[in-house]
Amino acid sequence: MDMSHTYYDNADMLGDAVITTKMDAVINWGRQSSLWPYVFGTACCAIEFMATAASRYDISRFGAEVLRFSPRHADLLVVAGTVSYKQAPILKQIYDQMPEPKWVIAVGACASTGGFYDNYTTLQGIDEIVPVDVYVAGCPPRPEGILDAIIEIQKQLHKEPTMQVRNLDFKGKLDES
Amino acid sequence: MRADLQRLLEHFDGVSFLKEMGDTPLFLVESDLLFEVVKFVKEQMSFSLLLDITAVDNLNVSHPTSTRFEIIYLFRHKEFKQTLALKVAVLDPKIGVKSVIALYEVADWLEREVFDQYGIIFQNHPTLKRILNHNEFVGHPMRKDYEITKGQYCTQTQDMMDEMKPLLDARGLEMERDELMILNLGPSHPASHGTIRTLVALDGETIKAGASEIGYLHRGFEKSCENHTYNQIIPYTDRLNYCSALMNNIAFAKTVEDMMGVTLPDRGIFIRVILTELSRVIDHLVCLAAGLLDMGAQTNYWYLFNPRNDAYDFLSKLTGARLTNSYMRIGGMTHDLYEGWRSDLDDVLKKVDSGITQTLKMIEHNRIYNDRIQNVSPVSAEQAIAYGFTGPNLRASGVAYDLRFDKPYYYYDHFDFDLVVGSHGDTYDRMMVRFEEMIQSMRIITQAANEIPGGEINISDHKIVMPPKAAVYNTIEGMMNQFKLVTEGVKVPKSEYYGAFEAANGELGFYIVSDGSGTPYKVKVRAPSFVHMAAYPKIIENYQVADAIMTLGSLNIIAGEMDR
Repeated sequence: MDMSHTYYDNADMLGDAVITTKMDAVINWGRQSSLWPYVFGTACCAIEFMATAASRYDISRFGAEVLRFSPRHADLLVVAGTVSYKQAPILKQIYDQMPEPKWVIAVGACASTGGFYDNYTTLQGIDEIVPVDVYVAGCPPRPEGILDAIIEIQKQLHKEPTMQVRNLDFKGKLDES
Repeated sequence: MRADLQRLLEHFDGVSFLKEMGDTPLFLVESDLLFEVVKFVKEQMSFSLLLDITAVDNLNVSHPTSTRFEIIYLFRHKEFKQTLALKVAVLDPKIGVKSVIALYEVADWLEREVFDQYGIIFQNHPTLKRILNHNEFVGHPMRKDYEITKGQYCTQTQDMMDEMKPLLDARGLEMERDELMILNLGPSHPASHGTIRTLVALDGETIKAGASEIGYLHRGFEKSCENHTYNQIIPYTDRLNYCSALMNNIAFAKTVEDMMGVTLPDRGIFIRVILTELSRVIDHLVCLAAGLLDMGAQTNYWYLFNPRNDAYDFLSKLTGARLTNSYMRIGGMTHDLYEGWRSDLDDVLKKVDSGITQTLKMIEHNRIYNDRIQNVSPVSAEQAIAYGFTGPNLRASGVAYDLRFDKPYYYYDHFDFDLVVGSHGDTYDRMMVRFEEMIQSMRIITQAANEIPGGEINISDHKIVMPPKAAVYNTIEGMMNQFKLVTEGVKVPKSEYYGAFEAANGELGFYIVSDGSGTPYKVKVRAPSFVHMAAYPKIIENYQVADAIMTLGSLNIIAGEMDR
């Protein structure tokens, strides 16, 4: 049987079926709606994160409902709550365990700056330990604020090259100098 | 003073009566007599519940005191009505006083905290090490000469084998020979409900010994109190038990008001009762929703969490915030209820009721639920008292102690509601008691809402409560009052006081020392979660890992309240 005729027909059709684009754009398009969060919930903000995940605010509308209980499965670290000096090494260990690429949201005043716990116990912002991509204001923020941060991460990651390790030059207080 | 308290004075020469702190008599005890006196208090006078141990640093006290450090012990009588306080002057913190662990099991962590925060030694304490601050911390932060902002980085966590080893030895176990495995439950795990770490030695799935480490959410509440005026402390109290923030507001404001000897007008009291009970409902909803989620009952999470969201809508309409409301002030609250509050509140109650009904329909006769948690980690009534349990966890063990019944305040004796008690004190009872308590709380809310009187919500003394804006702008007196209140704070007469409040997790107490200024000299929170957590590693023993997760959920440990 002569197949050559059919073969040439398909080759013509290929021109309509293929879209050419950049590799980064395709990968980031996929990443955008499949962020897997690991919730480092410590305090009041974690309660509001629970509300964000529950049905009224429904985090799955933004493709981020696959909450992971192991940092090794996650690519979005949500630090919800006060991080004390005692917790700092744990936060760092969890961040280090997450595979690249990874993003970090600091939820609420405490995680962002220490909040009104300007005292001997509290880390004055988690960006002393790990790099932060989005900060959320509020004490605690409303669930909408947390959703907004996730949307912001989605917007940001579109501008990022996919084949690069992010934040290579970040040096935290607990990193070896 | 009651007659049996007189016996304390007759029996010991080294004990003297100092003063009444509200209705708590305070006795001064010589430090070398302490153990004997505490023994007498427990065994002869039946003060079976040790509420709290804390210290005061007298460094900044203007008049000369006998010693720099004093330790305060707070007790509650076995009939729960009478409280008692002992004060010991510590001659030398490095020598300290005798530990009372042999008498009260709950003293273990309480003494460790005093050691950690003040650097006072407790002789014969088996593991006198830091509890709230990290292991690399230098100094004792609650001492007056420790600068509040002086933070210290922690570079690594401790392995805790120094605590585990004696536990294994006491049980005749050896890691290698008995093929035990060490496992960390937490600190960062969704099922640990906050950052709490429990190190367990496992034989297969069975927990042979456990040790908990807390302090991960130690946020320096008590030190911050010494640097803020009474009204500035209100937002900090929100974040103690953040699942029922308003209740902490109210408990703190009420304690300070009691210290000053003022009471709110009836309308203010009724608003506080409604909000207290609504907070209790919210607190239990979160506890149960999360507990059920831990065991895979996800549908119930939606059933219970959605009405909680409706309650938060009501609160945010009323106070402007969902979670951390800061609605109370010393002497009242920021503003009155809004127009139309009643129909909103009724709507919330209807939704909560339907959420509870639907959940109970799913679990009440469900074998999976019942078999999973019945007879898991039971705590007997005697044991619960020894552990210092209060609130739903104590009532689950069959002890009918509820401050709303035993020492009614805010017209609780006037409302018609039931005291909820369990029988076994197992995980099942601890959860089911909370279900029933929500129903009782809703009964109180309905009655209070029906009977709420009109009139003022705040006390009229403008040395305590801000004058209305019109008076501030138009009268010199109003302006002066406002200026003084903002710059100096509410002046509380020089005194010390212990105030107790039936919060969602148990007896929430504030021990406050005032030096007469607008800032407290010392505040200590008697946090129910702290003592519940101390018992946790003991009660999960010989149960499985999966049971331990449920037990933690049923105790409702709130890290903000536990670690302060």
